[in-house]
Amino acid sequence: MSRRASITVNNASILFPLYHSNSRSLKKTMVAAASGRVAANAGNRVVVQALRDIDLKLGSGDRLGLIGTNGAGKTTLLRMLAGIYEPVMGSVHIRGSVNALLDPNLGMNQDLSGRENIRLRGLYNNLSPAGLRMLEEDVREFAQLGDFMELPMRIYSSGMVLRLGFALATAIKPQILLMDEWFLAGDADFLVRARDRLEDMVRGAEILVLSSHQNSVVMEWCSRVLWMKDGRIHADGEPRDIIEQYLGHPLPETLVTEPDLLHRVS
Amino acid sequence: MSFSGTHAPAVDPLGADLLRPNLPETVLDLTSDMSFATRNRLASKDLTDAVGLWRLGWTLGWFDIRLRYRGSMIGPFWLTLSTAVLVAALGVLYSTLFHMTLRNYLPFLAISQILWSFLSTTVGDACLCFTSVEGVVRSVRMPFHLHALRTVVRNVLVLLHNVIVVIAVYAVFDMWPGWSVLLTLPAMAIWIVDSIAVCLLLGAFCARFRDVSPIVGSLMQIAFFVSPVIWKPEQLGESAVYLVFNPFYSLLEIVRGPLLNEPPGGLVWASAILYSLLLCGLSWMFFIRARGRLAFWL
Repeated sequence: MSRRASITVNNASILFPLYHSNSRSLKKTMVAAASGRVAANAGNRVVVQALRDIDLKLGSGDRLGLIGTNGAGKTTLLRMLAGIYEPVMGSVHIRGSVNALLDPNLGMNQDLSGRENIRLRGLYNNLSPAGLRMLEEDVREFAQLGDFMELPMRIYSSGMVLRLGFALATAIKPQILLMDEWFLAGDADFLVRARDRLEDMVRGAEILVLSSHQNSVVMEWCSRVLWMKDGRIHADGEPRDIIEQYLGHPLPETLVTEPDLLHRVS
Repeated sequence: MSFSGTHAPAVDPLGADLLRPNLPETVLDLTSDMSFATRNRLASKDLTDAVGLWRLGWTLGWFDIRLRYRGSMIGPFWLTLSTAVLVAALGVLYSTLFHMTLRNYLPFLAISQILWSFLSTTVGDACLCFTSVEGVVRSVRMPFHLHALRTVVRNVLVLLHNVIVVIAVYAVFDMWPGWSVLLTLPAMAIWIVDSIAVCLLLGAFCARFRDVSPIVGSLMQIAFFVSPVIWKPEQLGESAVYLVFNPFYSLLEIVRGPLLNEPPGGLVWASAILYSLLLCGLSWMFFIRARGRLAFWL
């Protein structure tokens, strides 16, 4: 892990073909083939341009915030950086271990016990046997599941599920951390308790890309902000400038001077 | 507190490195308009990455079985029991219908039935191989071979439970197939490679074209009747020579023959290997093209 993490995106676009919504099934393709309309059909198929001409360069130490309305392409951009969606045009180059916190319940199974779910998550990250033991200890301690560790998750209270999901997500320490906003959800008490742990992980990552609707969180954590609009980068720059442009009015001074913001937010 | 410009800690505290994700993709180069060589390299990397994650594939497959029989007293051994009951019932019925002795027919049926149920459930599961893990595919980059591996592990575990029935049949009829039984090992290796290939091919194809899955189901139904599973190849008489044109026959025979102390001839082996190569080639060519697009199809 001596290598510095970096992200380079050149002119990347992602197009979403909508195959199943307009039922472009085998039947339709066969019928079209029989009537010699395959080419026309391929040209006419419904495509959503999820990301267009994205250029982005991030290096060690960069903290990037993504803002924009729903459907602006924030999550798609995170997925592209995670290597889930491969660009249809342009290129994406990633150096460094990536952890994408996109789905709080990644790979979790309601019928498996807490311990088994922890083990699975560790295996998804290909941890060594020693790493797996450490993960289990770490998560057990934070999530405070006690004897529930051995019971199926199905019977956990929603608080327990939240704690387990959060503990698991924050236990893995990647070089590049991609975070969707779900992560900051949760009740106030929990967030205060979770704060140190979250900050620990964020600080440990070389590169952070965070998608959020909470401008205050972006202000606090990010050194650069992209304003996404219709799948394009609409604006790129200092958090304060961009967020003010986005909101259309200046931010109150308190937001900038207040040193310990997460407390207020939560 | 601000993290602006914070650099990564120079030295990790003791042990923190253990919790670094140890995923193969520490270097990821993705470009559009990829050449065949690049596509091929990425597809090969998908395969080797999945091999590196074998513990995950194994655990997922094992959990699948365990969850299916959660709360059941004898658990996965229901598989063994239901196979035993089925084989006993069909054995008596068909040996009467075909005018064969039970001793001559039942071992054949037991092995055929067990092998066929592996084949048909693998093919059926292959169709759902990627669509059933949509959530995982869309939230983390994982090699697609991993999902194929999970499907195969699950089906191999079921097959292993059924081996008990075969052993019971050997004991009841006091037979021992001899050392030719060792030939089932290379044959099973071919089967496992083929199963992975089927998962990739059908998994990706069914993700793209959702109506393929039921079509495959009915084709397998037909294949069951036209392949010698419940009837013996000898019953075809003269026409048995044409059986090698049925891929299911060749593939069944390389595993079944040694278990019944009737090691198959060179032609059967050759055709089984040829069919396997064709299947793997086709599957690989399709996977090379489909891999980058699969996430969009789900």
